[in-house]
Amino acid sequence: MSQESLIELRDLTKTYGKGDAAFEALKGISLSISTREYVAVMGPSGSGKSTLMNLLGCLDTPTAGSYVFQGIPIEGLSKDQRSLIRRHAMGFIFQGFNLLARTSALENVELPLLYRGYPRKLRQQMAIEALAKVGIGDKARNTPAELSGGQQQRVAIARAIVTSPGTLFADEPTGNLDSSTTHEIMELLRRLNEDFGISIIMVTHEDEVASYAKRVIRVKDGLIESDLQTRAYLAGQPTAH
Amino acid sequence: MRAFLTMLGVVIGVAAVITMVTLGRGATEMVKSQISKLGSNLIVLRPGLGFSRGSMSAPQFSKADVRAIQDQIYGVKSIAPVDTHNVMVIYQQIARATDIQGTTPEYFAIANWKIAAGRAFDAADVSKQAAVCVLGETVRKELFGRDDAIGQSIRIGNTSAVVIGVNASKGQGGFGEDLDDHIMLPITTLQRRISSKRSNQNINQVMISGEDGYPSASIVADVTALMREQRGLGNNLQNNFTVIDARQIAEAVSSSTQVMTSLLGAVAGVSLLVGGIGIMNIMLVSVTERTREIGIRLAIGARAREVLLQFLVEAVTLSSVGGVTGILLAYGLCMNLAKAVGAPFLFDLKINLIAFMFSVAIGIIFGFMPARRAAALDPIEALRHE
Repeated sequence: MSQESLIELRDLTKTYGKGDAAFEALKGISLSISTREYVAVMGPSGSGKSTLMNLLGCLDTPTAGSYVFQGIPIEGLSKDQRSLIRRHAMGFIFQGFNLLARTSALENVELPLLYRGYPRKLRQQMAIEALAKVGIGDKARNTPAELSGGQQQRVAIARAIVTSPGTLFADEPTGNLDSSTTHEIMELLRRLNEDFGISIIMVTHEDEVASYAKRVIRVKDGLIESDLQTRAYLAGQPTAH
Repeated sequence: MRAFLTMLGVVIGVAAVITMVTLGRGATEMVKSQISKLGSNLIVLRPGLGFSRGSMSAPQFSKADVRAIQDQIYGVKSIAPVDTHNVMVIYQQIARATDIQGTTPEYFAIANWKIAAGRAFDAADVSKQAAVCVLGETVRKELFGRDDAIGQSIRIGNTSAVVIGVNASKGQGGFGEDLDDHIMLPITTLQRRISSKRSNQNINQVMISGEDGYPSASIVADVTALMREQRGLGNNLQNNFTVIDARQIAEAVSSSTQVMTSLLGAVAGVSLLVGGIGIMNIMLVSVTERTREIGIRLAIGARAREVLLQFLVEAVTLSSVGGVTGILLAYGLCMNLAKAVGAPFLFDLKINLIAFMFSVAIGIIFGFMPARRAAALDPIEALRHE
């Protein structure tokens, strides 16, 4: 199982606003993440972890510093080019699921393939496979309103992996779910990482959720506070399990 | 439901434009056909000035005038003198006052009268001063009803004549008058037996038919000059006669209905514009409502121009469907309105195509700004939106 460089950050900085009102959300982050890793990013609110995720997901551009993703420097890319990277190499899941309402699960999962210009039959086929992979192949025709929170998040995950991206970005994926559903979803993500080799970068504020990852990076005040293997991280936590 | 209401502006706009233009063209055609009922290339010479029904005091025309015009004016295809009197006619128990027109056989062709039964009188009848007459359909129906009129003798004023023919019906004229309420007979007959005029200036209308293609304005000018000369009118005297060019009148009336049609079409066009504004309004609302959805699409990897295209297509679809609906609505409206008014229904493919293309263009133009706004959203901001 060879690993290559997935993400290389050098002094990544993000400042919002100008002059006196300027706010440095990230003050110079440097780190490396390889393929097949499962990383949890944690930190209090206002720490900059959301900003970091947005930059990693190419949804935003850094003010300074460099970000190389799979060997491609991101800073010089145009908005369109960043869209293409998201389309081909990344999958996203959010706390609020962010599915299109009044649209079937199948059509939701097909959405990234639509933008890739795949023909209808192929799209449907790939979408059904993705839904099966996450365990809700039978809910293909249902709309989000007809699905439970856990089921909706599964649809979102199916959508995120339908294009077989190398990397999954998860922003508080279980924030809206109860504990048993949380466990199911976390198991699913773990399976995707271990069995299918998908790299996962996940933001969470719960140690319980972070324990599913293999590496925990803590961010505070725009800087990295700690970067440990999960076991080591959990061992150092005041509230022991 | 909302889509329907949005489209309504375009539907009404397109329907209005097409209906206005189509009905306008129908009206123009109706006017033209009314005027052509009177005769083509028709020029009428009347005594006095103005349109009044023959000013009795103004000097009328003589046979010499008619001959002069025939011999000297270029472009005259045929000419007929007309002398009209309003006289009581009687057949058996039925009496009716009608216009008795004394004229020559050329009159039938010049004024576009076709014979429905029997025959018109000929040159021989004129030279013989034969006591024969041709009835207009209204007179025939009133005096004879279902009986055969041909061969019967009717009383005209204090003389009588034999009916030898009946004119085909023309119906109503452009001013609402009944064109079929007349009797025609040889002018010689009328002048000898019915007319009380003693002078040789006893022709109260001269009908002239111009050669096809020859400018009627020239004939009018030449006839005017000739008549002024005949009557010795010096440079500072007005005409004491009127030369009416039917074709010029037809063109003037038809061009004025065309101007009216264009004007109405333009006003209707404004309503189409308003429909476009309605689309823009709803698209803007739609973009705001779907901000989150747009954020999701952008996050997943949609490029800005793909989002732009998506919303633009939605706007154009709205306006095009509205356009087609408007065309269908107009079709139904025009057909029924034309039938009600009695005007011809002319389906003009051109205006329908133009109106449809216009509706598509409206969608593109008024949908562009909202679509661009959607495409310019920041995905992070959009995802946070309610």
